[in-house]
Amino acid sequence: MSEPDSAEKVHIYELMTRIKQCDERVRKMLMSGQAAIMYYSARGQEAIPAGISAHLRDDDYVVTTYRGIHDQIAKGVPYKSLLAEYLGKSTGSCKGKGGPMHITHPAVGLMVTTGVVGGGIPIANGLALAAQLQGQDRVAIANFGDGATNIGAFHESLNLAQLWKLPVVFMCQNNLYGEHTAIADHQVNAHVADRAVGYGMRGVTIDGNDPIEVWKVAGEAIQQARNGGGPTLIEAVTYRFMGHYFGDMSDYMPELADKMAADPFPAYRARLIESGDTSEEQLAKMEAAIEAELDEAVEYALASDYPELIELSRDVYAEEVPV
Amino acid sequence: MSVDEDQLPTLLPSVNGYVDALKMALDEALSGDPSVVLLGEDIADEQGGGVMKVTLGLSSRYGTDRVRTTPISEQAIIGAAIGAALGGLRPVAELMLMNFVSVAMDQIFNHAAKLRFMSGGQTGVPITIRTATGAGFGFGAQHSDMLEGWLAHAPGLKVVLPSTPADAKGLLLSCIFDDDPCIFVEHAALYFGAASGPAPEPGARVPIGVARTVREGTDLTVVGYGKPILDAAAVAAELDGEGISIEVVDLRTVSPWDEAAVLASVAKTRRAVVVHESVQQFGPGGEIASRINEELFGQLDAAVLRVGAPSCPVPYSNPLEMAYVPGVGRIEQAIRQALK
Repeated sequence: MSEPDSAEKVHIYELMTRIKQCDERVRKMLMSGQAAIMYYSARGQEAIPAGISAHLRDDDYVVTTYRGIHDQIAKGVPYKSLLAEYLGKSTGSCKGKGGPMHITHPAVGLMVTTGVVGGGIPIANGLALAAQLQGQDRVAIANFGDGATNIGAFHESLNLAQLWKLPVVFMCQNNLYGEHTAIADHQVNAHVADRAVGYGMRGVTIDGNDPIEVWKVAGEAIQQARNGGGPTLIEAVTYRFMGHYFGDMSDYMPELADKMAADPFPAYRARLIESGDTSEEQLAKMEAAIEAELDEAVEYALASDYPELIELSRDVYAEEVPV
Repeated sequence: MSVDEDQLPTLLPSVNGYVDALKMALDEALSGDPSVVLLGEDIADEQGGGVMKVTLGLSSRYGTDRVRTTPISEQAIIGAAIGAALGGLRPVAELMLMNFVSVAMDQIFNHAAKLRFMSGGQTGVPITIRTATGAGFGFGAQHSDMLEGWLAHAPGLKVVLPSTPADAKGLLLSCIFDDDPCIFVEHAALYFGAASGPAPEPGARVPIGVARTVREGTDLTVVGYGKPILDAAAVAAELDGEGISIEVVDLRTVSPWDEAAVLASVAKTRRAVVVHESVQQFGPGGEIASRINEELFGQLDAAVLRVGAPSCPVPYSNPLEMAYVPGVGRIEQAIRQALK
């Protein structure tokens, strides 16, 4: 795949910024006591969904995990819906009934966010199967971490997807840790992508901190899936700066300081300005606009009402059943 | 879906009344709605049309895209069904045996049952999981369990266990076209000839959550579902000769169960025995008996009794297995005790 043009490169940066600034805002809310929730920051992993989403339409499907804020924002979940859901408000994307770990927004194709490691992968296959049987050229992206590749569901899913040539992309965001266990202590593969070999599937390892590389490789995989060429396993190697969950002491991550010093976000920003694709002024203006949008979304989320108790009886089944 | 009888498919290979009834429902669903797809191990004709031949003939008629044999991958099967349902299809997934529910439990319990609620009603999972089980046939501890209690304990799932061919056909169609995930349990005894009753009518459906009074009576109500309801009906027929009048209520659906029908019956008879083949301790019978006690405490003439399996794995050796299954002997004993 060729290089993205300037507009595409800036769009990727915009998505990364939308993710990073929202993540920072959520952490600020946690520090200030505006929010008291379990939070799994994706700071450091922004380049991956930004590079992918540039190729996706609203009707393409994305499945993600509890560390999913970056995937959700990149797919287009609005800040207001997202943050109101974080605070358990009735105006949240799931009426406050799912929470950060279960963000769902079908209007933009964000179909499932699961709290079970590996649990979303077989479901992404099903979304792809529906598209295939309906004769649509939609694709499904299954996002998961390195830890999930040790779960049986991952292996069952790769086998089935390759067998049926499903239009799915398995996106392993390898942040080098499964919860608190380093990858070397949870699997022996040099590359997670090598696991594709066992299923006759194409597997690619890429630098998940380089948004342009992600854009290229994800673009090829998405095109292959759309054209009936079947699935790809992409291993995008990255790092999570905030540990497993907010408040994690991170003592078990000896390389953390070095990784943060090599933060891909400012690196990409500098690269765009240096290459002349954009200017400092343009980016500063974009960042300020995003910050203002966040201000408004936080205000909206804080001011929104909690769901009424009748919601306990709703959405358990299609028909309301008193509980 | 409305069914025009003239448009119904011609008969597929006949196996027996119960299997034919299930096949008829699947055939009607596949012919009436292009969004219906079948997934499961060995279900296409090339693999024999399923272990019990329920799907025999369907892949030849509707194609292997819609009647798909899968690898032995229960998580992938149920996950694919869930995802396909989110994408607008009405998948019918087969878990060859009910014990394999345990392999797919994350998909069933954490995902199928909860996605509607967790998404605030934005998504739903209209899947049907067909699964076979039942003790009494020497299949041992991992191929015979009745696990409907596990599933009925999960809000968001519907759990159906028909005991006649007509109910099987009518309920399976209702499950397929229901907008929520349904578990449809097929008892092995019914495959092997215990099922009786009239053949199902083309196009007929049976509503989920509605009990059927198998036999009216005035002295005691037996409440249950599945295979033991056939035993209860046999006991009731025998006791009739002694002038004992037993009402038999087949729940047909365990979740949501027809509480109103049960309470109305027991309010009339003032005595109740609850029967099922699943393990008695912490089983569905405890819930049903408890609700009867809560609602009818002052009106009961005897404690509500339960008949279920003992608290051990399903044994292999025939005398042990016959003692394990709550058959006519234990049902009769419980009835007589409640009538003392």
